[in-house]
Amino acid sequence: MSAARRLPRWAEYTLLPALNLTVALLLSGVVVRVMGESPWAALKLMVAGAVGTQDAIGYTLFYATDFVFTGLAVAVAFHAGLFNIGGEGQAYVGGLGVGLVGLAAGAWPAWVAVPLGIFAGAVFGAAWAFIPAWLQAKRGSHIVITTIMFNFIASALMTYLLVNVLIKPGQQSPESREFGAHAWMPPMHELLARVGIPFAPSPFNLASGLAVAAGLGVWALLWRTQWGYALRVVGRNPAAAVYAGINPARITLGAMLLSGALAGCLGVNELMGSQHRLLLDFPEGAGFVGIAVALMGRNHPLGIVLAAILFGALYQGGSQISFDLPRINRDLVVVIQGLVILFCGALENLFRAPLAAGLARLRRTGGS
Amino acid sequence: METYTVVILLLAATIRVATPLVLAALAGLFSERSGVIDLGLEGKMLGAAFASASVAAVTGSAWLGLAAGVGASCALALIIAVACVTYRGNQVVAAMAVNIMVAGLGPALALAWFNLGGQTPQLEGAHQRFPELVWPWAAAARRHPVPGLAYAELLSGHSLIVYFAAALVPAAAWVLYRTRFGLRLRAVGENPLAVDTAGISVAGLRYQATLISGVLCGVAGTYLALAASAGFVRDMTAGKGYLALAALIFGKWRPYPTLGACLLFAFTDAVASRLQGVALPLVGVVPVQLILALPYVLTVLLLAGFVGEAVAPRAIGVPYAKER
Repeated sequence: MSAARRLPRWAEYTLLPALNLTVALLLSGVVVRVMGESPWAALKLMVAGAVGTQDAIGYTLFYATDFVFTGLAVAVAFHAGLFNIGGEGQAYVGGLGVGLVGLAAGAWPAWVAVPLGIFAGAVFGAAWAFIPAWLQAKRGSHIVITTIMFNFIASALMTYLLVNVLIKPGQQSPESREFGAHAWMPPMHELLARVGIPFAPSPFNLASGLAVAAGLGVWALLWRTQWGYALRVVGRNPAAAVYAGINPARITLGAMLLSGALAGCLGVNELMGSQHRLLLDFPEGAGFVGIAVALMGRNHPLGIVLAAILFGALYQGGSQISFDLPRINRDLVVVIQGLVILFCGALENLFRAPLAAGLARLRRTGGS
Repeated sequence: METYTVVILLLAATIRVATPLVLAALAGLFSERSGVIDLGLEGKMLGAAFASASVAAVTGSAWLGLAAGVGASCALALIIAVACVTYRGNQVVAAMAVNIMVAGLGPALALAWFNLGGQTPQLEGAHQRFPELVWPWAAAARRHPVPGLAYAELLSGHSLIVYFAAALVPAAAWVLYRTRFGLRLRAVGENPLAVDTAGISVAGLRYQATLISGVLCGVAGTYLALAASAGFVRDMTAGKGYLALAALIFGKWRPYPTLGACLLFAFTDAVASRLQGVALPLVGVVPVQLILALPYVLTVLLLAGFVGEAVAPRAIGVPYAKER
């Protein structure tokens, strides 16, 4: 039965996700219609807002960088058979680490402050993932629920810290003071200008390079090391892993620590790269976008980078659209996100059988 | 006397907070006992809150609001059922898809339709909400606080949905343990193959269970929008669906222990809101954020299994594939 439904590899990684994505976007169009706007006009505005100008492209890639981090975080956990919904909280707490380094940086040279900021973001993010991971590995608590709870707890903790401790004195809004200038991630347009390529200013910064490096690192770790192999075995079949001498509890802990560290790097892009201070609720749901990105990218780093760019465009286009169509705002992107998770994740079998049958028939008629 | 009043008011608040938790937890009970993980409680409640508030605002009728809330929640339950039962998709992913979609859809549609920044209009009409019912002589009883205040605050003075939730617990227990449907439901969550062998449709039972969950979540969401408050606001469920699920796990998937867990959560919440701004001996004023985080921390502690092991229905989360 399953043999008949097997899709060729190329179709599994291109045709099927494309089909699922198309359906999700078509349904989003229906939602736009229900909201009383023309889907076609919305699409045109969105594309123009996302890639129409140089600074729009900069913003798109800036958001995409966030989603690469959170998407990789979800994917690493997924390969170990864990569904980490705590990316949002891990990114938030990771931002605390980034922020503390940024605030302490003062006159530190950039080559100290920037790596230390990245390190602190990763460590804080990993630490926030550690408790749910430990509870899952040792006490069998459902990691989905504990990570969701840790999102809420992170939100309360960070609000407390920002309102009572880290707030800049004599200021109303809960924000820290600005980071030392050496703890800023260099913006891409400055780096490009140095090699003679003019590019419009945008928050697009060197953290994107870190995101690409993280993608390569995750790929090498998962598919080119023994530990990565063990991780994938645990994800596929924990019982077989035990027979092979792999300790699933240790893999669970390791996978979640790596996942949290990746999510924690979001602060490097958002805070060191753009805001240059710590502020309330800066992840803005990027942790949840990571779920959609990972599912759409089939949990492969290359797919995740592509899916992240698409969602970056949706985010940037979605915020531009509200200027022209006041009845639409970024909430629409959250709807699209949900639909993508539904069709690329939960309903991935919807088109698999018809597609496999169709391809098989094509091949038969082509061969005869 | 002072203490007595405080305790009664605390218990009354507990009942109000517990109602949506009980409804949602019982919704999850049916779904999970049939073998379908019900992380979608949050999204179904939120969807129902939005639909009921919108319809009540437009039509002026709380009952039409309730119908819309239940309808919306059932539609979402159906999406989950199609994905998980028919297409054997990942149940956690399906539920999160619905939760995220609804979190965006509610404010998006509210903005487009009512233009109030992602909320629905404040419900002020007499029939737009489920009012608190005042039992006979409740006002008179207050003059003799013992036991009059208890009568006025605990038995009287709640909306209809609160009494519905209270009656639902024994009803759910009866359905689950004393009816043929309940027996089959429990069986399909433990051993679907056996149920299938007996000639009963596994998919049919799971669809029924998810739809029951849809109905109950619909009532829970309607309670949030039309009884506990007066309209829909963004993210108004604030994790209650997940708390209800945690209560269900803590209650070991049984109706009465689950009710107990819901009451425990609600009591913590009631005590915490009372502590807001009060200076305690030794610790001083507790930060408001800690109070807000308390139910979530409690959930983590309970789930950590420091209170005995919870054994889930055996087939939970496993899609059933009929052999051909």
